[in-house]
Amino acid sequence: MTIELSRRSFLFASAAIGGGLYLGLSPQPVGAAEAGQLNAWVVIPPTGRIRIMASNPEVGQGIRTSLPMVIAEELDADWAAVEIVPTMADAKLYGRQVAGGSQAMPTHYENMRRVGAAARAMILQAAATAWGVPLAELQTDKGQVIHGQRRAPYGQFAAAASALPAPDAAKVAVKDPKNFRLIGSFQPGVNNRAIVSGKQDYGIDAVLPGMLHAAFHKSGVQRAAVKSANIDAIKAMPGVRDAFIVPASPEYEGLLGGVAILADTTWHASRARSALKVEWEESPAAFQSSAAWAKMAAEAKAKPPALPIHSTGDVTTAMAGAAKRISATYEYPFIPHLPLEPINCTARVTGDRVEIWAPTQNPEPGRQAVAKTLGVPLENISIHMMRVGGGFGRRLQNDYMVEAAMIARMAGRPVKLTWTREDDVTQDFLRPGGWHHLEAGLDTAGRVVAWDNHFISYGRDGKFARAAGIAPNDFPAGMVDHFRLGATILPLIHTTGFLRAPGNNAFGFVTQGFIDELAHAAGADPLQFRRDFLGPARIIGDPNSRASYNTGRMRAVLDKAAAMAGWGRKLPARSGLGIGFHFSHLGYFANVIEASVSKDGAVTVKKIWVAGDVGRQIVNPVGAINQVQGSVLDALNACRNHAVTFADGAIEQRNFGDLPLLRMDEAPPIEVSFLTPDYPVTGLGEPAYPAVAPALANAIFQATGKRLRTLPFDFSVLKA
Amino acid sequence: MKLNINGKAVEVNADPDMPLLWALRDILGLTGTKFGCGAGFCGACTVQLDGEPVRGCQTPVSAVGTAKITTIEGLSASAWGRKLQDAWVALDVPQCGYCQAGQLLAAEALLRSTPKPTDADIDAAMSGNLCRCATYTRIRAAIKQAAAA
Repeated sequence: MTIELSRRSFLFASAAIGGGLYLGLSPQPVGAAEAGQLNAWVVIPPTGRIRIMASNPEVGQGIRTSLPMVIAEELDADWAAVEIVPTMADAKLYGRQVAGGSQAMPTHYENMRRVGAAARAMILQAAATAWGVPLAELQTDKGQVIHGQRRAPYGQFAAAASALPAPDAAKVAVKDPKNFRLIGSFQPGVNNRAIVSGKQDYGIDAVLPGMLHAAFHKSGVQRAAVKSANIDAIKAMPGVRDAFIVPASPEYEGLLGGVAILADTTWHASRARSALKVEWEESPAAFQSSAAWAKMAAEAKAKPPALPIHSTGDVTTAMAGAAKRISATYEYPFIPHLPLEPINCTARVTGDRVEIWAPTQNPEPGRQAVAKTLGVPLENISIHMMRVGGGFGRRLQNDYMVEAAMIARMAGRPVKLTWTREDDVTQDFLRPGGWHHLEAGLDTAGRVVAWDNHFISYGRDGKFARAAGIAPNDFPAGMVDHFRLGATILPLIHTTGFLRAPGNNAFGFVTQGFIDELAHAAGADPLQFRRDFLGPARIIGDPNSRASYNTGRMRAVLDKAAAMAGWGRKLPARSGLGIGFHFSHLGYFANVIEASVSKDGAVTVKKIWVAGDVGRQIVNPVGAINQVQGSVLDALNACRNHAVTFADGAIEQRNFGDLPLLRMDEAPPIEVSFLTPDYPVTGLGEPAYPAVAPALANAIFQATGKRLRTLPFDFSVLKA
Repeated sequence: MKLNINGKAVEVNADPDMPLLWALRDILGLTGTKFGCGAGFCGACTVQLDGEPVRGCQTPVSAVGTAKITTIEGLSASAWGRKLQDAWVALDVPQCGYCQAGQLLAAEALLRSTPKPTDADIDAAMSGNLCRCATYTRIRAAIKQAAAA
């Protein structure tokens, strides 16, 4: 423990109990960092506003509002009067600081309750001593201690409280949820006012004294090193202060080589870049081509999977004995993240110390990559977690952090590195594409007795690329007696990564589209077929694993979404209702989409009804609904327009012109409802995404009889 | 050259070809105007020239002349602007919030010319501004709330 840490009372997470985390509070040392600092998250000054730390990165998921709300609830603070303070990246002090996997709420919800409750307990203890009254006679309300007619603000006791030993967080009393006043209430984001006034700083707004603006030019064919460049000509251009070749790190996903241009403004750097002439070394990625991969995938289909993943029962025999066999191929492309704030990072290197201002979803791996690449100690790197102008999983990777640090060191000046949109598209860590060659067998009653999936995606050396893999227990493993899943891996060098509901964002489309086909093949209603497929309420998979799910919870949201949409009602010609469900990231979601298809094939999504279950408590309903609506519309982007393709080793798309995003006039109304059965609180950034694309395909099928199995959808086939 | 920004005369030493976006951000430190695509697709850089929304990334500073520039930092000088800001906060429109400066400047121009906009008016005025988080349903609701305020 460092001196810095031991000066503060802090909470740390250790062994897990009962699905949550056991929290310990360190004994309060002599001389707290600040009078009234009760733990790492709560500072109560003698006068003025209570400060609550927001320790998780904010990417628009509202976590700088919702986690402090949880603390404030148990602290019994006045939400309108607290100040929310973003923290630095400091995993030793704050635990997991990641915007990813919809995990912030499940990881921190119970902890943050105890953080707030522990601070309140310390205040009460100090107040009981100060007033000479029994602890049990004290109450609190909105940041005040109450004894009979007597009231005093917390601040009056905070200095004394901060000298007390912190209570055992495992034993500290938390509120009965029925007494919550803040949790579960509608609370706009704490930074909204700054955002609408242009006062909110994002990563891209960081400014340091003496800073230069950097552009970094890399080959579209990744891992091509610079052979030569017209550096002298670039250095002579207006506004340019420096230019140099940045050597590549040899390891996969290490720093990519390129040319850095440093200038007085972003625009000067960008203008000079357009005059840059670079000769590249040959890259091992030069073979990459979408046309070649399509051919390889077609060839792979004819052979058994190269990599068996999971098998139960006897698929071959069950398939042979099935009353009906249905096969189909589902396909989806690479897709990009496109966060609206372009990739950027600001860095200052002084000797072996590095300061970083980064819009990052996951700072600690960035710290490690910077330490490794620059050869500096981990503890010499400080990371300011700037508000992030959109993550979607892109900023779980910290490549830009390493680039900015290296360029700043080589320049000997603080540097703000700003990528162009073209850089963002062509250097993305893509959601991998894939193919699923599916076959299912139905018995005479229309039940699914066999399921076979030959999955084809990308990787290297017989291993899946990041976010390309499929788990052996992925749905519907465990639901079908005779089940087989195998894969073939196509070669890929370009970087891939997690994108909102990774894996699931594609698998949901595949399974819920195919199940719809099975329902029609069985002559069954698609809702009833799904209810029967889910069967009685039970846990599928290892109950201690994040991958296990409860079919009863799934059926409940399915039925809810169907009821919201008026499932089964009569619709006009060329209109349809499509349904889908999916479990991911501990969340249960189902949705119904109403769509109509014009004679010329134009698809209009009229409305979407979504039912979700993320446990017993929605912390901030307004933020929760925002997350669901955003996820649903994001999924429509993947249905309509998004595909990244390769030719000659590089990505062919460049900007929003090639990868259009949904706009105002294309956004349908979305009705969201949450079920809140008595299960632990889980996250919302992702699980509403996967069931959308299949529900749209299923609605289009109902409207036209045409089955769409390839993302993005080719609507031209829908012409009457 | 001289620019009129948010009601103040400002001297700017910028290359005439420099897009207004970069003059605002990198020279004048008005970072509320955002860079999104640099190609006019997304609208994150929307500012107003004499009350009309334009793309800051596609407008050279030399083309501004004597036109009055309004950026997000000056939006609250407008009564519509203040109503929109209040509605944006109250309805919790932003997710990441990065596009919202551009959205608000487009919305303010809409309400000034069309104080009671229909859905079709909102579609027409706002479809140039991308929201990657897809807060569109809330933007629509907030414009209506501001119009009714």
